[in-house]
Amino acid sequence: MTTMHALLQAATPSSEPHTLPFFAFTALKLIVVFTVYMVGVALLTLAERKISAWIQDRHGPNRVGFHGLMQPIADGVKNFVKEETYPAAANIPLFVLAPALAFIPALVTWAVIPFAAPWEGRWGRIDMVLAPLPIGFLFILAISSLGVYGIVLAGWSSNNKYSLLGGLRSSAQMISYEIAMGMSTIPVLLLAGNVSMSKIVNQQAFETWNVLNLTIAFFIFLVAAFAETNRLPFDLPEAESELIAGYHSEYSAMKFSLFFIAEYANMVTASALMATLFFGGWDIPFTLWDNVAPHTGLKTFLTLGCFATKVLFFVFLYMWIRWTLPRFRYDQLMSLGWKLLLPLALGYIVAIATTIVTLDALGFARGSVPFHAGLILLNLAAVVILFVLLDRGKIISPAYSRLNQRDVARLRAVSTPRRAPLLPESGD
Amino acid sequence: MSIGVKVVERPIHDTSYIRATLTGMAHTLKHLLTPERVTTQYPEEKESISKRWRGTHRMLTTEDGKAKCVGCGLCPTVCPANCIKLVPGEDEQGNRYPLVFEIDEFRCIFCGYCQEVCPEEAIHVGRHYENAEYSREGFVYDLERLMAQTHPVCEMWDPADPKGE
Repeated sequence: MTTMHALLQAATPSSEPHTLPFFAFTALKLIVVFTVYMVGVALLTLAERKISAWIQDRHGPNRVGFHGLMQPIADGVKNFVKEETYPAAANIPLFVLAPALAFIPALVTWAVIPFAAPWEGRWGRIDMVLAPLPIGFLFILAISSLGVYGIVLAGWSSNNKYSLLGGLRSSAQMISYEIAMGMSTIPVLLLAGNVSMSKIVNQQAFETWNVLNLTIAFFIFLVAAFAETNRLPFDLPEAESELIAGYHSEYSAMKFSLFFIAEYANMVTASALMATLFFGGWDIPFTLWDNVAPHTGLKTFLTLGCFATKVLFFVFLYMWIRWTLPRFRYDQLMSLGWKLLLPLALGYIVAIATTIVTLDALGFARGSVPFHAGLILLNLAAVVILFVLLDRGKIISPAYSRLNQRDVARLRAVSTPRRAPLLPESGD
Repeated sequence: MSIGVKVVERPIHDTSYIRATLTGMAHTLKHLLTPERVTTQYPEEKESISKRWRGTHRMLTTEDGKAKCVGCGLCPTVCPANCIKLVPGEDEQGNRYPLVFEIDEFRCIFCGYCQEVCPEEAIHVGRHYENAEYSREGFVYDLERLMAQTHPVCEMWDPADPKGE
């Protein structure tokens, strides 16, 4: 017990001494948060089907319960009683392990996301976050990288060519976009001067939301988050038209369902990250009242509602975009990640760091009005330039873009010797 | 992008990804918020079908509850799918009636020739389509079943009134 105390103390030096209320409330928070999270994810499967239906002028599931509200339960029961099949040549241990590996990282990331203002009651200050790690952001980067293992292992252990292709695609895609995603959040850390999630939220709560200062970072993060969660327009790992269902072609019953839940859990986590890093977390906009002591239960409740609203908005955005945009082609996906987002993110870090140092040197205090006005002005200019550039149809290469003449000559030179035996003999 | 594909020069507003995305999202949002839904909630509400719809058969009856059929044998003769089985019989007064009259709805192609050819206006194709069964045998309708059907019958095409007005 003492070692555990010491470990907890080392992990969270800022928090209260570890007394009985601390453990009791941590356990309570764990149970409540993960119950709400899992039920929410189940309901999101229904929300997705409803939203897709409404966008397509249909009704959606409306047979089970009031307007289909019991549909997730029906789906769950169905998945539990269905037959589980195992491909004959599958690697069974990895085949069973993969769905869990896909699912767990999304769940674990939630541990460090602050979901409401702290509550100071009879039992002292209670942080509304499962684990107030001082290295919260690094923890997220470390854990979210693990998500790719589930998908790659699922693709490989199924011993099916479509699954393998899906797994390969996802590993290439997720690793590519992880870099852009990590880079896009560096400006946030530069502004906050800290990697603790609650510090990042506090900085935004007292100053301005990062989306106003760092719109381009938000844009990169948004695109990368869509790619990381394998959602349309980046769902190449499952690409029904080419790969049946990609990495989960061979999965049935509850193991398939776990992949499905993992997708939605990832979606919620990515939405929560967007809300926390760029939209002020639990901060209620246009007011400072919610950020300062006394931290009452009412404030905790209201900020929780505000956080939930933001997260649900991003979840809706995910679904809205899914039912609007068609899938990218593979070369477009890769060129967008490596040729646009990564250099853009790197350049943006330099630009923001330079601006911050310059503003500091000019004597504007961090968090003062001129400091943020300078950042917002720079941001406006950058947004206009980027989106005008993007709009020229050059960066996201459309199918009908003109091929570089030099590339054509090079490709011809490569293919002519191979085609020579097939070509008709010339007359003389 | 393969070699030798003809590339058409298009203006910016046709090739812009951002504008296309925003237009698309506005379009889907408009549909999301419009309460009009195109789905017919099938078991509760049904689409109306044509007066000339040719569906499940029905045998009409006389006032005293007997089949109008006189067992003339025209319908099995004209049936292109060979789905009508008819064994004619005769009672003491010399009235002909069908001993066996069976229609295999699985073989039937619903051409409606049986109704057209019937001199007594006895056999009809009906304005009805919900005829699912649990077994193949269930699709062979005998005389009793054909007489028990209550759905409206098909109105044949009238050359004098081709549009059915």
